[in-house]
Amino acid sequence: MARSTTLTLLLITLGVGWAVSRSVLPARQASVAATSRSQRPLDGGREADSPAAVETSALQAAVDRLDAAFAETWMNEGLEPATEADDLTILRRLSLALHATIPSLEEIRQFEAEPAEGRLDRWVQVMLTDRRFAESFAERMTRAFVGTQGEPFLVFRRDRFKAWWADQLAANRPYDDVVREVIASQGLWTGRPATNFITHSVTDGTPSPEKLAGRTVRAVLGQRIDCAECHDHPFADWKQSDFRGLAAHFGQVRLSPFGVEDDPARVFLADIGPRGQKRGVQAEVPFGEAWLPDSGTSRDRLAAWSTDPRNRRFARATVNRMWALLFGRPLSAGAPWYADVDDLPDPQEPTSDEARSPLDVLADEFVASGYDLHHLLRVIAASRPFQLSSAVASAVSEENAGGSGSVEGTSSAQGGPAEADFQPLLDHWAVFPVERLRVDQVVGSMLQASSVRTIDLNSALMTRFLRFVRENDFFREYGDPGDDELLARSGTVPQALVRMNGKLVRETTEPNPFNATSRVGLASLDDEQLVEHCFLLCLSRRPTPAEQAYFSTAWDEEPPAGAPDDSDAGSEPKPRLSAAQRAQDLCWTLINAPEFSWNH
Amino acid sequence: MNFPHLPRRSHHMPHTTSGCASVACSRRSLLGGFAAASTAASTVAFSLPPLSARAAASRGAERPRSLITLWMAGGPSQLETWDPHPGGLIGGPTKAIATSVPDLQIAAGLPLMAERMDRVSLIRSLVSKEGDHERGTYFVKTGYRPDPTVQHPAIGAVLPYQLDGEAIAAGLQMPLYVSIGNGQWPGRGGYLGEKFDAFRVPSPGRGVDNLRADVEATRNARRLAGLELLSGTFRQGREGHPAATRHTETVHDALSLMASEHLAAFEIEDEPKEVLARYGDSDFGRGCLVARRLVEVGVRSVEVTLGNFDSHAANFSIHDRLVGMLDPAMAALLDDLRERDLEASTMVLCIGEFGRTPWINPLDGRDHWPSGFSAVLAGGGMPAGRVIGHTDPEGGDKPTDPIPVQDLYATILSRFGIDPAVELMTPVGRPLAISDGKPIGKLMS
Repeated sequence: MARSTTLTLLLITLGVGWAVSRSVLPARQASVAATSRSQRPLDGGREADSPAAVETSALQAAVDRLDAAFAETWMNEGLEPATEADDLTILRRLSLALHATIPSLEEIRQFEAEPAEGRLDRWVQVMLTDRRFAESFAERMTRAFVGTQGEPFLVFRRDRFKAWWADQLAANRPYDDVVREVIASQGLWTGRPATNFITHSVTDGTPSPEKLAGRTVRAVLGQRIDCAECHDHPFADWKQSDFRGLAAHFGQVRLSPFGVEDDPARVFLADIGPRGQKRGVQAEVPFGEAWLPDSGTSRDRLAAWSTDPRNRRFARATVNRMWALLFGRPLSAGAPWYADVDDLPDPQEPTSDEARSPLDVLADEFVASGYDLHHLLRVIAASRPFQLSSAVASAVSEENAGGSGSVEGTSSAQGGPAEADFQPLLDHWAVFPVERLRVDQVVGSMLQASSVRTIDLNSALMTRFLRFVRENDFFREYGDPGDDELLARSGTVPQALVRMNGKLVRETTEPNPFNATSRVGLASLDDEQLVEHCFLLCLSRRPTPAEQAYFSTAWDEEPPAGAPDDSDAGSEPKPRLSAAQRAQDLCWTLINAPEFSWNH
Repeated sequence: MNFPHLPRRSHHMPHTTSGCASVACSRRSLLGGFAAASTAASTVAFSLPPLSARAAASRGAERPRSLITLWMAGGPSQLETWDPHPGGLIGGPTKAIATSVPDLQIAAGLPLMAERMDRVSLIRSLVSKEGDHERGTYFVKTGYRPDPTVQHPAIGAVLPYQLDGEAIAAGLQMPLYVSIGNGQWPGRGGYLGEKFDAFRVPSPGRGVDNLRADVEATRNARRLAGLELLSGTFRQGREGHPAATRHTETVHDALSLMASEHLAAFEIEDEPKEVLARYGDSDFGRGCLVARRLVEVGVRSVEVTLGNFDSHAANFSIHDRLVGMLDPAMAALLDDLRERDLEASTMVLCIGEFGRTPWINPLDGRDHWPSGFSAVLAGGGMPAGRVIGHTDPEGGDKPTDPIPVQDLYATILSRFGIDPAVELMTPVGRPLAISDGKPIGKLMS
C-alpha cells in the first residue's frame, strides 16, 4: 500500500515536473502563463489615484527619508557608494532573506516577464504573502525568543510556538501586539502557544524569572542585561539591581494544571550572595517609569512598558533585527556601534531631524506605521543600501571578471580597494555586505537548485518529504549555530566537505528524472544555453561572457592542464560527457562557488 | 606546513599506480594524483601544500602533548564507577573491588581499570552547579557556566588555539580537534571561531564521511578548475569583505584533508585482531583506538563519547552495559599509550557532565547530581596514584575536598604549559581568562 502510494507520487511528480520544465526552461520565454503560479497578483494594475497608489507613495516617502539619512552619512564621510546591483541579484537577496532559498528558475522567468518599473516592490509584496516567508521568519523569531532547545519536555512546545509566530507574521498582526502576547499571555502551552515563551525557561517545574528577563531584554529591547545578572554591565548602563527589578516582573508567574498563571501573592526572591542567600525584590523598571501602567499583572505591565512607543529601544531593536534578516548583518554591526544584534547602545534623546541615524529614522517609521512588519520589510528592501552592489564598481568590468585563471595574489592589481579603504564603505552601508548564508538558506538553495520548479507548500508531497529528510541530514552534518545565527561566521572545513562530497549535493545534482540537471541537459539546445540554464538555476544570474566562453567550450572539451592521466585509458579518446553530466559538473561547481553560499 | 611534530609512520601507504585493490588505497592514489597534477599547474590555487619534511617521529616526554577526553555522556553514576559505597543506604547492588592502589576500591564493573589505578589519578569530589544535560556539558567541556553573552571554547579547542598557531597559519592537513562518536554536543570553538569546532567522526573506525569525490579524477579536476575560476570572479571588487575570501581557504583545507596522508589514522582495518579485541567490540572501543591513532599523527585533542548514561530508570543494568564498554577500552588505551611511549605526552581524561543521585528512585534509577562526581586523569605528566576527595557515604551533598570543575581545567592547562590566567579577547570586547579556576595543588606537585 505504502509502496504504491509512493510510486503514484513519484509518477505525479515526474509528470507534472516534466510538463513544467518544458515551459520554464526555454530561454527568455516571454510568458509562463501555463503555470498556476503566474496567477499571483504580481501586477495589480494600479491606477494613479487608487488606495494602492497612495500607499505606494507613503512607502516611497519613508524610503526617501531613510535614503537621505544614508546619503548624508556618505557625504559626511566622503564615501562613494557602490553602483546599483542588477535586479536578479536583488531578487536573489530577497528570496534568501524572505524565503530562505534562492529563486527558482520558474520564479526568475516570471520576474523577468514583469514590467521593470516597480517590479521589485511588487515582488516583495507577493513574497510576504507566501507561506515560506511566514515559516522562515517564524523560525527566526522563535530562535530570538526561546532559542533552539526542545526542552523542557512536556511543558514546552516549540513547534506550537513557531506555528503561532508563522500565523501572526502571515496575518501581519501589529508587532507590538504580538510581543505583548508573548510576554504576558496566560494559559496552556498547547492551547495558547505564546505561553511557551514562559515555559521554555522552566527548570524543576518553575519558570526562571532571570532567564525570562534576559531573553526579553535581548529579543525585545535589543540589549544585554544578562551580564548584570552577576555583575554590573561593564559598558552599558545596566546595574545588577536593574536586572533584578526587571526579573521580578516574571516573579509571579507559575505553572498550574491550567497552564501559565500569575499569582499576585508571590514575591520574587533573587539570589544575592554566593552562598544562596536570597532577598525579596520588587518589580521595577530601570527607566521610563511613566510608561508602566497601573493595572494588570506584573507581566502585563512589563509588556506594556517594553512596547510603549516612547520606549525607543523596542523599535530600534526590531528594525535592527529585521535589517539583519534582510542583509545578513544587523544595522548595529556598522559604524558607530559595531555591535551584535542584541547589544545595541542606549538610545540618545532625539535632537533634530538632521541628526537622526538611519536606525532611528527606520525606528520612527516603524512606530508611525503602527508596528507594521511587512511595511518595514518593504521599506528596507526598497532602500538604497539594499540596492547596492556588493562589489566595488571599478573592479567588476566584464573584461576582468573571470578572465584568465590567474587571480591569486593579484587582488590589488585588479583595482578593488584594499581592505582598509573598503572598511568605511562597509561600516556605512555604502556597499552591500557579503555574509555567509545560514544553514537553512544553504540547504534551501541546494534543493531549489535541483528543481526548475519552485519548491514550496504547493510542491508535490514527495518533493516536500524529500526536502524534509534531506534538510535534517544536512543540518546535522553542516552544523546549526543555534541562537547565535546572526553573528558573522566564516565557514568550516566540514561544511566545505559536505558541499563538495556530501550526499545532498550528490543526490540533487546527479542526472535523474527528478533533477534539474537532467532536464537542463535535455531542454538545452546547445552548450551556451546549458551553461546559462545552470547559472540561472544555481546562482540566479547569467554567466559573464568570459564564464560563458570558458564553461561552454574550454572547460568542457579538454581537461585542465596537468589533470591526471589515466594510464590505462591509453590512446583511446574519452567520449564526451552527456549534456546531463556536463550540467551535473557545472552545477556542482556553481554550488561550491563562494557566490552560492554567501549572501552578496 | 601542517604539524611541526607529525611523526611519519611506516604503515602509511605509498602512492601506488597499479595493483591496488582496496578502497582506501584507490582513494588515496586518486587524490594523490590530483594533488600532483594541480601542484604542477601553477595557476591553480586549489593545489595542495607539500608535506612537511620535519614531521619526524618524536616520543616520550619530548613529544608535544595531546589530550584524549573520554566523554561519558548523560552523566555516569559515580557510585557505579569510581566512587562506590557498597552495603550502605545508597550503594545499591553495586560491589566494590580492590585496586592496585592500597585502600582504593572502585566498582566491580571495572576490573581491568582496577589493575591500573596506580597509573591514574582520581578526583571523586568534583562539584558543579549545572544539573541540566546541555548546561552541564557546556560547563564541563569549557570550564565556564553558560552565559548568553559569550560562547566559551571547549578545552579541547583551547589547546590547538594556544599551541598550534604555526600549523594553523600554514594550512591544516588534519583537524586539530576531533570528536568521535555520536555526542549530542561536541566541543565547540566558541569565541575562538568555528575553525576550532571539533571535527566530528560519528562512526569510529569506518573512516570519515564526505572525504571522497564522487566522480572520477578527470572530472573532479575539471570541477575544481571551474571552481577556481568562479572564486576569482567573485573576488573581483570584493577583496575588502574579509570573511568572504576565507571561503577559498576553507575549500583549500578541505582538499588538503581529502588528500592527507594521515587519513589512515581514522581507520582501523590494519590493526591486528588482538588489538581490536583488547579495546572491546563497541563503537566506544573502536573510538578509543582511533583516538590513539590520531594522537600518533599529531592531532592535539580528541574526545571520544560513550553514552547514554542518563539512567533515570534501570540505573544498574544501564551501568553494567556501559561500564562494560568503558573498562576494556580505557585499559587498552592506557596500555597502548605506555607501550608506544606516548604516555608522558598524552593526557587521558575520563569525565561526564555530572554524577547521579545517591538515592535510588522508584524506577530503580538515579537522577542528576552535580554535587560530587568523579573524573579520572592519566598520563601527560600528571602524577599517578593520587586520590582526591570522596562523596558522602550517607548521601549528603557535600563531598570531602570539593574540587570545582574550573580547577580541573586550570590544572590540565598548566600541565600543557598554558597559563590558565591568560586573558583572551572575546568578540563582545570583554577579555576573559582561559580558565578562571586554580590548579589543584595535589595534582601539581
